[in-house]
Amino acid sequence: MPEITYREAVRDALGSAMRKDDDVFIMGEDIAEMGGSMAVTQGLLEEFGPERVRNTPISEMAIVGAGIGAAMQGMRPVVEIMYEDFLTLSLEQIVNQAAKHRYMSGGQLKVPLTVRTQGGAGWSPGAQHAQQLEAWLVHVPGLKVAYPSTPEDVRGLLWTSIYDDNPVVFFEHRLLYPVKGEVPEKLEPIPLGKARTIREGSDVTVIAIGPLVHRALDAAKQAEEDGISVEVIDPRTLQPLDEDALVESVKKTNRAVVAHEAVTRMGFGAEVAAILQYKAFDYLDAPIERVGAKFAPLAFAPVMEQFIIPHAEDVLAAIKRTVGK
Amino acid sequence: MAKVEKKHALSEETLRDFLRDMLLIRRFEEHVEERFRAGELPGFLHVAIGQEAVAVGVCQAMEEDDVFASTHRAHGHTLARGTPPNAVMAELYGKVEGCSRGYGGSMHLYDIERGNFGANAVIGGGLPHVTGAGLAFKLRDEPRVAIAFFGDGATNIGTFHESLNLAQLWKTKTVFVCENNHWAESTPGWQHSPVWDDMSKRALAFDMRSVKVDGQDVEAVYEAAREALEHARTGEGPVFLDVETYRMHGHFIGDPQVYRTKEDREEAAANDPIVRLRERLALGDDEFQAFDDHANEVVEAALEFAKNGTDPEPEDALKNVYA
Repeated sequence: MPEITYREAVRDALGSAMRKDDDVFIMGEDIAEMGGSMAVTQGLLEEFGPERVRNTPISEMAIVGAGIGAAMQGMRPVVEIMYEDFLTLSLEQIVNQAAKHRYMSGGQLKVPLTVRTQGGAGWSPGAQHAQQLEAWLVHVPGLKVAYPSTPEDVRGLLWTSIYDDNPVVFFEHRLLYPVKGEVPEKLEPIPLGKARTIREGSDVTVIAIGPLVHRALDAAKQAEEDGISVEVIDPRTLQPLDEDALVESVKKTNRAVVAHEAVTRMGFGAEVAAILQYKAFDYLDAPIERVGAKFAPLAFAPVMEQFIIPHAEDVLAAIKRTVGK
Repeated sequence: MAKVEKKHALSEETLRDFLRDMLLIRRFEEHVEERFRAGELPGFLHVAIGQEAVAVGVCQAMEEDDVFASTHRAHGHTLARGTPPNAVMAELYGKVEGCSRGYGGSMHLYDIERGNFGANAVIGGGLPHVTGAGLAFKLRDEPRVAIAFFGDGATNIGTFHESLNLAQLWKTKTVFVCENNHWAESTPGWQHSPVWDDMSKRALAFDMRSVKVDGQDVEAVYEAAREALEHARTGEGPVFLDVETYRMHGHFIGDPQVYRTKEDREEAAANDPIVRLRERLALGDDEFQAFDDHANEVVEAALEFAKNGTDPEPEDALKNVYA
């Protein structure tokens, strides 16, 4: 199997869909000549031309809203919001419009729009360029939300998101772009709503998303040295959520840690914890541990930023608490 | 700013059809206002009494495959586009037979078959959609146009500026119809916009073709819309229509309009587009009465239809969340 980066995997999914289908086009800030501020769309302008690789003004509402309009006419636009912090500017269009047109029309409409965005801390961009806001979107009926952590998953899930008939908000993480991983020779679509067990274990289940998947794997290796067997599961999509896979794993291990880079309070992990306590109450041998960012905006000074965000050691500490070590 | 010359190209028969449509909208809204006050209709209700010539003039100018986005004041646009009064009325009563199957209500009327991609209850919410739809028509090289209806109040919101900028930049097949009734809910134009007395200036900032239209003259609206649609359809770029009109009633039903002077209301009443069209056609009392009776009959039948409609099952609320 070839090995490619997460960045190349995103690009491959976009290019493959655009090659297959004239109705797929992309638009966003600086995505054409510059190839995107994260260099994800490099080379696409040359291959597909300016009609289908569209540089936009700095207009997040119009970028998403025009995507909705084109999607409602049957196209499959993929729009890019440069940083998920800027997603806040387009939330009206995502929350009130994209998520609700099908419903408000009594099922007459489809909005096959994909909104790609990226964020994430760990490189001191400050408080307005690194937030993790995925939980906001999962709270809105009508939206699907994906947050893949590996090249294989990001490629297969982006493809499926583009061809899903619903609006999908697709989260990528800045620090994952250079991460390499094996991918199938040919792009294989991955269904939304299927979790992936990345590492099998028997003592505790870590349910992690985004970069925390990798930090959880590091923590699991270290825990192994202490004789703790850790299972790591990545839900990959937060809506729909593969509740069964998470619950089954916890019924097996009897302990759970949920982990994400977003602020812990009211984060996605809170919902997962609620599901687990309800569906696996009799199986739990320890309180469910939550790992996430401390409740503060992201500071600039590296020492403060690093203090706020969760690391492998935080996941390891949580694992140990669940087994009483 | 471009000037539209009145060509009086419309036949009397066509204008009579326009009058029928306008009367239907007027009587429809009067009846729903009455039923709302009687407590029969859930939610809340905005009528566009006084603005019928805008809805009819623009919708009659559209081609079959054109699409539009509307506002919270959408009954007129929807009826003018040909959605059966029964379906619109049933929607106001929250019935399965409604044009949005009871999921939308007065502020969210849809009829995809007739190109109505949704009445929007967020001011300016639909403007990016018609920009995107106009982009899709351009990319697919289709001879279609996407039209947005919105009020003068919407010209202060971000989506307005972002959409007009993008539409002109990309020359999307879009027409922006500003129903300029000089009121943003209860706030008069002079309190909400520095160019309130000439909204056409808004579009000039984007180098967009911008046209002022007398919104109480259905013929003028039709001609301006026809020309604007042709301009957009041929790929020459979007057009902004500043259609001056009058909201004869309050912002919503039950609005006491304490903010509005008697003179202002009288001015609105004196500019009734139906009266103007009747005069233009020199209709006698009997003839007008026949038109009016017909409109009332249609609306009363729609009320009966809606009241006898099917209530959705409560569990239907969980359908249509996802495709």
